[in-house]
Amino acid sequence: MALELKNLYDDFRDGETIKAYAEIIAKDAKKLKNPINIMEVCGGHTHTIMKFGLPQLMPDNINFIHGPGCPVCIMPKERIDHAYILAMQPDVILVTLGDMIKVPGSHGSLQDARAKGADVRFVYSPMECIKIAQDNLNKKVIFFAIGFETTTPMTAVLVEQVIKQKIPNILFHINHVTVPEVMVELIDSRDVHVDSYNNRIDAFLGPSHVSVISGSKIYDKFPKDYGRPVVVSGFEPVDVMQGISMIVKQFIEERCELEIQYKRVVNHEGNLNAQKLIDTYFEKIDLFRWRGLGNVPESGLKLKDEFAFLDAEVVYKNVLPLAEIEDHKLCICGDILRGMAKPPECTIFGTVCKPTTPIGSCMVSSEGACAAYYKYGNLL
Amino acid sequence: MCLSIPSKVVKISDDRTMCTVDTMGVQRDANLMMMGDDEIQVGDYVLLHIGFVMNKIDEKEALISLDTYKEILEIMDENDRRKTILDDDECPNRGE
Ligand code: SF4
Ligand code: SF4
Repeated sequence: MALELKNLYDDFRDGETIKAYAEIIAKDAKKLKNPINIMEVCGGHTHTIMKFGLPQLMPDNINFIHGPGCPVCIMPKERIDHAYILAMQPDVILVTLGDMIKVPGSHGSLQDARAKGADVRFVYSPMECIKIAQDNLNKKVIFFAIGFETTTPMTAVLVEQVIKQKIPNILFHINHVTVPEVMVELIDSRDVHVDSYNNRIDAFLGPSHVSVISGSKIYDKFPKDYGRPVVVSGFEPVDVMQGISMIVKQFIEERCELEIQYKRVVNHEGNLNAQKLIDTYFEKIDLFRWRGLGNVPESGLKLKDEFAFLDAEVVYKNVLPLAEIEDHKLCICGDILRGMAKPPECTIFGTVCKPTTPIGSCMVSSEGACAAYYKYGNLL
Repeated sequence: MCLSIPSKVVKISDDRTMCTVDTMGVQRDANLMMMGDDEIQVGDYVLLHIGFVMNKIDEKEALISLDTYKEILEIMDENDRRKTILDDDECPNRGE
């Protein structure tokens, strides 16, 4: 058979195949000695899991822990405030990806800034900044860059073009974060704070598109040093079911390995061109503060010092406050991300906190755990 | 946010920095600067993310997965048929 585009969409969502995997998992799970908790690190997986009702297809001894993997959700308020403040500066056009429109900071969202007269533009691709800059030579265009490893190389391409084409009026506010560091944090913090067996992370469903860029090699240490199996899976429901099935098989066969379910695009090395682009322009920062989780060592990136002239955080240092802003006291996002609670256990879930008026990080984008539960019903 | 969509490359620009892709009938332009020289050809399946081609989809691996699913479904069907036959055997009304 020759592959058609349609196959890549339909066949990986096929209801019969999902059901078949549910049966295989249920049968294998009977052989498990202990229940297992699987963390899907990435918000795209959370979305698929809730949209297709996958928790309902799981036997009782397999539980999902929804991870922190949405770059919009984990943006702390003080950095959204940065975007807002920059947008309010004279002669500035703030450009960011559409996902950021509604995210509230302490002054309001970028949509609110726009209503107050700020020039904020939401683009589909970072490269649109070039045209905006060329059309507005008397203004500074600031690209508020967000995203995991999936999106970082695209920002790097824009940095490269700004330098090569000598575009004088584009600056960057970098909020790129990295996945393995937060996985380590979730394992470590749990081992420190929680000794109950019930909510330990036993295995990871590895992110799809982060891994396309970085390769599965970034997870080598989890089976090796932390005793946690990782199966890198695609985003379609059949991918997720097959990934879960592979994890369960590892447990019953007493293996602890890194495996790739999503072989059609992920390999161990990843996209080396993209990795080179990232390494050329970015370096790690000591700490990035994740909304809901707090400071995570070496989990964020910044422009290298030699490119500081492009860094809006350097150029606009005087107007950008550094103080941290905490979330609402009732918000239990931190516990949700650590697998210690599910969204409906939050006292303001669905009442005060809704997708239209998000209080905490997990409700902010459609890929956050609370938003997915809100949208697809209280399934657990 | 990290989602990206499978598409088919239908045209590549002369300087090979851009291409046109087909995403289920919708045509759009995509940036090729993240891919190596000559890595992408017309007819390839690729993943598209915020205006960039982020990688090629391996056709062989995709077909292997789809074959696996077909086999699983066939085995399941077979089991279902067997189960029905067994059920039939246990049917209290049969033959009496
Ligand atoms: S429902 Fe809202 S306030 Fe409660 S944990 Fe989720 S995001 Fe936080
Ligand atoms: S009673 Fe009829 S339907 Fe039921 S198992 Fe027997 S033959 Fe099949």
